[in-house]
Amino acid sequence: MSQTLVEEAEVVHAPERAEHLIAPGHRACAGCGLLVGARLAADAAGGNVVVTNATGCLEVVTTAFPGSAWRVPWIHSVFGNAAAVASGVKAALRASGRDDIPVIAQAGDGGTADIGMQALSGMLERGDDVLFVLYDNEGYMNTGVQRSGLTPTDAATTTTPAGRLSEGNPHLKKDLLAIVLAHRPVYAATATLAYHKDLQGKMGRAIAARGPRFLHVLVPCPLGWRFKSESTIEVSRLAVLSNLFPLVEYRGGILDKVKRIGAPVPVDDYLRAQDRFKHLFRDERGEVEREFLQSIADENARRLGLPVYRPAA
Amino acid sequence: MRVMEGSEAIAEAVRVAVPKVIAAYPITPQTHVVEDLAKYVADGRLDAEFLTVESEHSAASAVLGASAAGVRTFTATSSQGLLYMSEVVCAIAGMRLPVVMTLANRAISAPLSIWNDHQDSMMLRDSGWVQIFAQTAQEAHDLHLVAYRVAEDTRVQLPVMVCVDGFVLTHAFEPVEPLTEADAAALLPPYEPEVRLDPADPMTFGAYAEPSVYTEARYEVHDAMRVAGDVLTEALDAFAARTGRRYDPWFDRYRMEGAEVALIAMGTSAQTAQLVVDDLRAEGVSAGLIALRTFRPFPAERLAEDLATVERLVVLDRSVSLGAGGIVAGEVRAALHAAGAPTRVIGVIAGLGGRDVSRETIRKAFEAEADGWVDLKHELVGSER
Repeated sequence: MSQTLVEEAEVVHAPERAEHLIAPGHRACAGCGLLVGARLAADAAGGNVVVTNATGCLEVVTTAFPGSAWRVPWIHSVFGNAAAVASGVKAALRASGRDDIPVIAQAGDGGTADIGMQALSGMLERGDDVLFVLYDNEGYMNTGVQRSGLTPTDAATTTTPAGRLSEGNPHLKKDLLAIVLAHRPVYAATATLAYHKDLQGKMGRAIAARGPRFLHVLVPCPLGWRFKSESTIEVSRLAVLSNLFPLVEYRGGILDKVKRIGAPVPVDDYLRAQDRFKHLFRDERGEVEREFLQSIADENARRLGLPVYRPAA
Repeated sequence: MRVMEGSEAIAEAVRVAVPKVIAAYPITPQTHVVEDLAKYVADGRLDAEFLTVESEHSAASAVLGASAAGVRTFTATSSQGLLYMSEVVCAIAGMRLPVVMTLANRAISAPLSIWNDHQDSMMLRDSGWVQIFAQTAQEAHDLHLVAYRVAEDTRVQLPVMVCVDGFVLTHAFEPVEPLTEADAAALLPPYEPEVRLDPADPMTFGAYAEPSVYTEARYEVHDAMRVAGDVLTEALDAFAARTGRRYDPWFDRYRMEGAEVALIAMGTSAQTAQLVVDDLRAEGVSAGLIALRTFRPFPAERLAEDLATVERLVVLDRSVSLGAGGIVAGEVRAALHAAGAPTRVIGVIAGLGGRDVSRETIRKAFEAEADGWVDLKHELVGSER
């Protein structure tokens, strides 16, 4: 395992054009992290692509007929099949002499890790030449903030509400990256909005590679995570600084680069910024849960050889 | 003329149609069709991408994507496979993508049955796919080429499901006159869609519709179904001119002259029914047969025209709408009622889950005076028990 310190990586495909590939005028909420992430990624990928999209926020807010925010060829059909549609598109491009056009499949956490898991696994396992981009807002936000397999432990959602007998989501956030890496993709990485140059650099490197590729983008959701719309980038930053969402880059299934956080912030800083964790700050039960969440961050750091958060004496 | 397994006859027709992307997941009794195609690709006899996907849901999704990217596609399935891909099947039609599918008709679980009936295609009856039922291996072979021509016609742009009876047709060997590459070239123009996924001309496929436009989008599919009937008629005329093999786009009439009692059947059972009609005619009964070929679009007016003079019409259903009755029977009854025909329509459910539709079965159906189900002893069991 070779690890190098990555400061904000260079943008490989800087958009030359004045216009973004996702046009303004879409219907996303104010402060929507998803749209910021998707626009950064689309611009980094450039216009010579075909995009397949799962059902969800990104689809609904950008393509209300007869409008469309997409300046790239884009297709949606159902919820769980973005990867499989992409496999078919790529096969068609290969069969018709247009193999040089990269294909991107994109989905939210439900369309990737839950209902889309099988299609994603099939695409990766077959070695299909597709870049899958997960925009992870940690829940079914489009349908009203229900829990998904990528909702973090203890987050309050409408199907895992906090209550007298509940501290919110009782399950662990699925380690999707580990599942993806077990397929030995040529490229896999994590990114988030606060490190936008890193995000765009990774998108550029991912789009330039050939074979199955995966990019996990954490996109805070003001509605579902319950923070003010101007805090999106700050929440994104705290996810990384707390070691809850490490920024990593793998090639051929092997860790290549990881963003080193010299002095991690306590997980509490991240939790306090979002009202979905508000219930963890009201009694001793919540304190136990917060200690558990800190242990997840610490484990992330240890696994990646990074400094672990140390409380001031 | 060559003796071929039904599945091979289908695969041969698909081969000369040259789809560029094939995606399929194994399910009995569809398997031989895609196995044959995989071998053609492996042997360099068919230049296509063959995707061995991890489910029927992804098989349908892959051909959806490939079709939108502008190439000819093929998939095949049966039974649970069709149900598993059903949400994508509906999307393919709504998105006006001319996918062609072989449906090797098989029963629906539960109980699990790998055997033939028509319940699977009936489940997707309302999906916006043209549904054509073949009676023989030759017809299955021929209809696949015709299916591509109809599906890809810019006036239609709808997917086509060619329905063939599992095992009875897919696994039986029959003499077939194969279409040649030259036949395919003469009958099937290259696939050149008006729009496709292309960075040079970026378009959005599969947009989301608010109530202000949804009805219109669905109506357009409904109307394209009507047009599909006209285009199917043209395509079969051209097919007959080239090959000498003529198929009525809607249904075959067998000994219907002066028929007082008639039977409607779909698929291979209609072939057996011809023998029963011959027997009955020899006994002095004025019996006739309608072999329904195209179920979607449904030829309601044509059926009513042909059947208005029949006194008693028995519809043999190899499927059932549980809690309602025979599905084809219900549609035929509605068609005749709308036309004001006095014909008495009786629905008989038979041949579910691979139970033989024998001459005895069909004879009992001909004799039916009330709706019912044919049991293992070929006895008609009433619906009201």
